[in-house]
Order: sequence, then C-alpha cells, then structure tokens
Amino acid sequence: MTVTRPGTEAAPAASVSPSPEPKRFRLSNWDARYTPYLIIAPFFLVFGIFGLYPLIYTAWVSLHDWQLIDGNLGFVGLDNYVELFGDAKFWNALFNTLSLFVLSTVPQLLAALGLAALLDRGLRGSAFWRAGVLLPNVISVAAVALVFAQFFGRDFGIVNFLLGLIGIDPIDWRAETWASHLAVSTMVMWRWTGYNALLYLAAMQSVPKDMYESATLDGAGRWRMFWSITVPSIRPTILFTVVTSTIGGLQLFAEPALFDPGFAANNSTGGSDRQFQTLVLYMYEKGFRLFDAGYAATVAWMLFVVVLLVAVVNFTLTRRIAGKE
Amino acid sequence: MKNAKAGPLLYGFLVAVLAASIFPLYYSFIVASKDNSVLGEKVPPLIPGGNLVENITRVFDTVDFWLAMQNSFIVASTVAISNVVLGTLAGFAFARLRFKGRDSLFLVVLGTAMVPTQLGVIPLYMLMSDLDWYGTLQAVIVPVLIGSFAVFWMRQACEETVPYELIEAARVDGCSVLRTFWHVGFPAVRPQAAVLGMFTFMTAWNDFFWPLIVLDPNDSPTVQVALSTLASGYYTDYSLMLAGASIAVLPVIAIFVLLSRQIVGGIMQGAVKG
Repeated sequence: MTVTRPGTEAAPAASVSPSPEPKRFRLSNWDARYTPYLIIAPFFLVFGIFGLYPLIYTAWVSLHDWQLIDGNLGFVGLDNYVELFGDAKFWNALFNTLSLFVLSTVPQLLAALGLAALLDRGLRGSAFWRAGVLLPNVISVAAVALVFAQFFGRDFGIVNFLLGLIGIDPIDWRAETWASHLAVSTMVMWRWTGYNALLYLAAMQSVPKDMYESATLDGAGRWRMFWSITVPSIRPTILFTVVTSTIGGLQLFAEPALFDPGFAANNSTGGSDRQFQTLVLYMYEKGFRLFDAGYAATVAWMLFVVVLLVAVVNFTLTRRIAGKE
Repeated sequence: MKNAKAGPLLYGFLVAVLAASIFPLYYSFIVASKDNSVLGEKVPPLIPGGNLVENITRVFDTVDFWLAMQNSFIVASTVAISNVVLGTLAGFAFARLRFKGRDSLFLVVLGTAMVPTQLGVIPLYMLMSDLDWYGTLQAVIVPVLIGSFAVFWMRQACEETVPYELIEAARVDGCSVLRTFWHVGFPAVRPQAAVLGMFTFMTAWNDFFWPLIVLDPNDSPTVQVALSTLASGYYTDYSLMLAGASIAVLPVIAIFVLLSRQIVGGIMQGAVKG
C-alpha cells in the first residue's frame, strides 16, 4: 500500500501511484476521508458501551457498598477486598476455578493436538471427519449440561452403569469435589476438543512438507518428527489456543451451574456444599441472588486479575516449552 | 501427504471419536422418548421409546416454550442480520479503504476478543436497569449487535474476493464510499456474509449467561433460559429436560448439517491467518 500525503487521502483505495487526482475527487474528499471511520464506529461504540465500560466500572463498584436493588450506599475503600481475602467461600471458588481450569484445559489441548495429527494423515472424506469433531462445539452449553447431568447421575447415570461393568462402585458425581470436577471438565472437553483440533489441523497443514522429507531422510521417526517439527511449527496457534482456553476456562459458568440440580430451583449454586462453585458462579450468587453488587464486583475484579496472571504465565510457559528446538 | 496413508486402525479410532461426538445428542433424544420410569432400570436404554410426543407436550405445558422459541428466533435473527450488515461494512473498510490508523484500529478489534467482558455483568445489568431494559429482548440484542468476530471474518472475505480494480473503477465513476460498498464490495462477499449470518445465529441462539441474568424466566425467556427452568422441578425429570434440550438444539443442528463444510473451512482459515 502506498503512503500518500493527507491531501490525497481521497484517492481511490486501489490507486497504486500517488499521482495527483482529478478534480472531482476533491468534492468527495469528506466522504472518502470520514466515511471509513463512520462505518467502523458501530463496533467501537458497542464494545465501548457494553463491553469495556462495564468491565472497568466493575472496579469502581467494588469500592462501594453497592446493592443491586437499593443502589450505591457509599464509598467503602478496600473494605470489600479485605472481606474477600478472609472469605473462605472465595478461596473455595478460586480453588475450584483453577482445578476445573487445569482439569479441562490441559487434557483437552493435548487430546486436540493428537486428534489434529490423526486428521492430518490424508484421510478419505476429510470434510466428514472434520464436521464430526466440530459438532459438539455448536451445541448450546445449556443442552450439553442437561445431557451430561444425566450421564453423571448417581443412581441411573450411564457413566456409573459403565463403571459398574468393570466392577467399580457407583460414584456420587455431584457430592464429591474431585468427582464433580472430573464430570464438569468432561463437558468442557467434549465441547471444545474438536474445535481446537481443527485450529491445530489448519496450522499443521501449512507446515512446509520438505521439512518432513529431510527429517525422514535423516531417519527420524513419526513421533520424533511430531515433537521436533510439527509442534514448534504450529507454536503461534498453540499459544493462541492456550490463551483463549485460559480466558474461557477460568470463566466457567453454565456447565457447573446446570450440573447442580439446585441451581434452577434457586437453592444452591455449584453444589450443595459449593464443591464445584467457580468464581463466576460465586459472583453470580453474590450479585444476582443476594443482590450484593459491590461484593460481586469485587469477586469479578479479582477474577479479572487471575485471568490476566494465568494468561501471562501460560503464554510465557507455552512459548518456552513449544519453542525449544 | 507427508505421513503414511491412514490405515483401518485410524479409521476405527475416528469412528469412535465421532461416536463420542454424537452420542450425547442421540442419548438425549432417547431419554426424551422414554417414560421416566424406564430410566430407573438397571441398564440404560439405547433404543427410542414411544413417549416422545407426550414428553414434548409436557415441555410446552411446563414452560412457555413457544414464546421462548419465538424470542430466541427474534434475538438470533436480529443479531445475525446486524452482525452481517455492520460486520461487512467494517470488514470492507478495514480491507479495502484507506484511512489513518487503519491497521492499529484493526489490531484493537482483534485485541477486544481477548477481553473477558463477561466479568462486567454487574455494571452491565445496572445499565440495563437504568435504561429500563430488564426483561426485554433488546437487553440481550444490543450488546452483541456487532462483534469482533464479524469484523475479522468479513475483513478476510473482502481481502480475498473484492478486487481493487473494481473499487477504483467505481470511485472514478464518482460512486460514494457507501455506493461502492453496495455495488462492488457486498456482492463479492455475499457467500461469506451468509455463513457469518448462520454462525452468528447459532451463537446468539446458544447464548446462556447474559440472557439468564437480564431476562425474566417467566415472562421473556429465550430457549436456553427456558431449558434451565425445566431443570427446576421438585425432582429431576430427565425425560422432560432432555425433550426440551432436543427441541432446543434442532435449529442449530439443521444449520450445521447444511453448512458444516463452510463452518469448518471458516474456522480453519481463521486459524491460519488470524
């Protein structure tokens, strides 16, 4: 793209030479110069008003005693944060969030990597297989949660039935922390593994073929080539998926919410004893069940900090691991 | 292909993966077609029963599922149309118009996709109350009228299909920017715009968190909100819940079956170039 003097901005976008333009273009100078801003403005307006502003305003709300119904009851400084740090339910939710995040993200991305490698092997009917692995991703999270709630039922769930076949006693998936975390992670994995596999597959297909050929000549095996050629070559995509899964995985809501039969009945959020209550669920409970907006905003803002921290740590770690030659 | 040809073992494994993808949907349909008492038997059922119609009727008796479907349809189509129109315009501008700060503004658009806006729900809810929008469909429509994905996707489509020469010709003929867009830009990207529309429709149809908060489950539910209401009986009624879930996923599955190739292609293209 050529760089032109400001006076010639009105030249047709395609102009390859910055030659002086005909006079009549001057008349449409305003149009050519400002219409682009007008037509990209809606995005920035919508994002600013309904995305960025509420997120930043959350920090301000967290410094107040703010009730959802009664409104702002005054500035309290860091009182909400002091209370939060002494709040066992917050630490419990933080633990659950991190545990669910690790349990659902790490195996998911590894499985996606493996699946992508398999899909990359010159399959017949590749479109069919790709669509098949993507299907779970288009199903609504509410519907998925309801089906999996049945799968993990204590008495008549299909998972306990299958475990029974190999002699394992029924597990009360909702009652125990680890069992519930496994169950919720399974839902997340089911929805997202195929999607991430397709991202990896796309990246793998753009790895130059001659890299593999020369490695084959050197006698490298498939496993070796996968780790020393494929994985480093698709590093940007791996980084991307790690960051997006971090942001998503730390904000789980629907899966743990609907896994708890008491949720819709307004009894509990995230298990009778908060075994699988995530931070977003805790924020929801504080804000929309107990109407304590100030405290809910404090939870939200702390989660924001956690998301940032984990994203940065993951980004650095992954870059180092996937980058070693 | 660089690796050895796929063998039967690989196909066998992929069939298993596919089965795992489909099974939850199939099972939800099975449960939806059964009497609840059958579900109490030792061996889980794998063959459809005869209670599908009855269970679906119960869904419509328990919650106003017609209203929910209608609401979801209004929300999802409005959001889809608006994302197509505004996204195509913005994508066209980012791909084919020249203006100061274009590339950095586009980076900002990409960056917004990483912002966890879900964490701003408390002030967003207050904003909606101030506007008197609680329980109204615009409360779930307006915040997603245009998303970064639409801009990104349509920019890519314009980069690939809208020829510079035609834009130049239109501009030489004295077309305004908007007319150029309408006569040259939009016709070229119509197929990608259609895929974007379907994609956005599915996303909006599936949305759960924000509608749950800002809509009144009894008065103005969307399908996903109605689903969560179905789960709130005295005892867990799986036939009822999964009959609802089966209906709720139908539109999305229909779109997916029709457009899976384009959707897969879109996701994979975005991965390489994004």
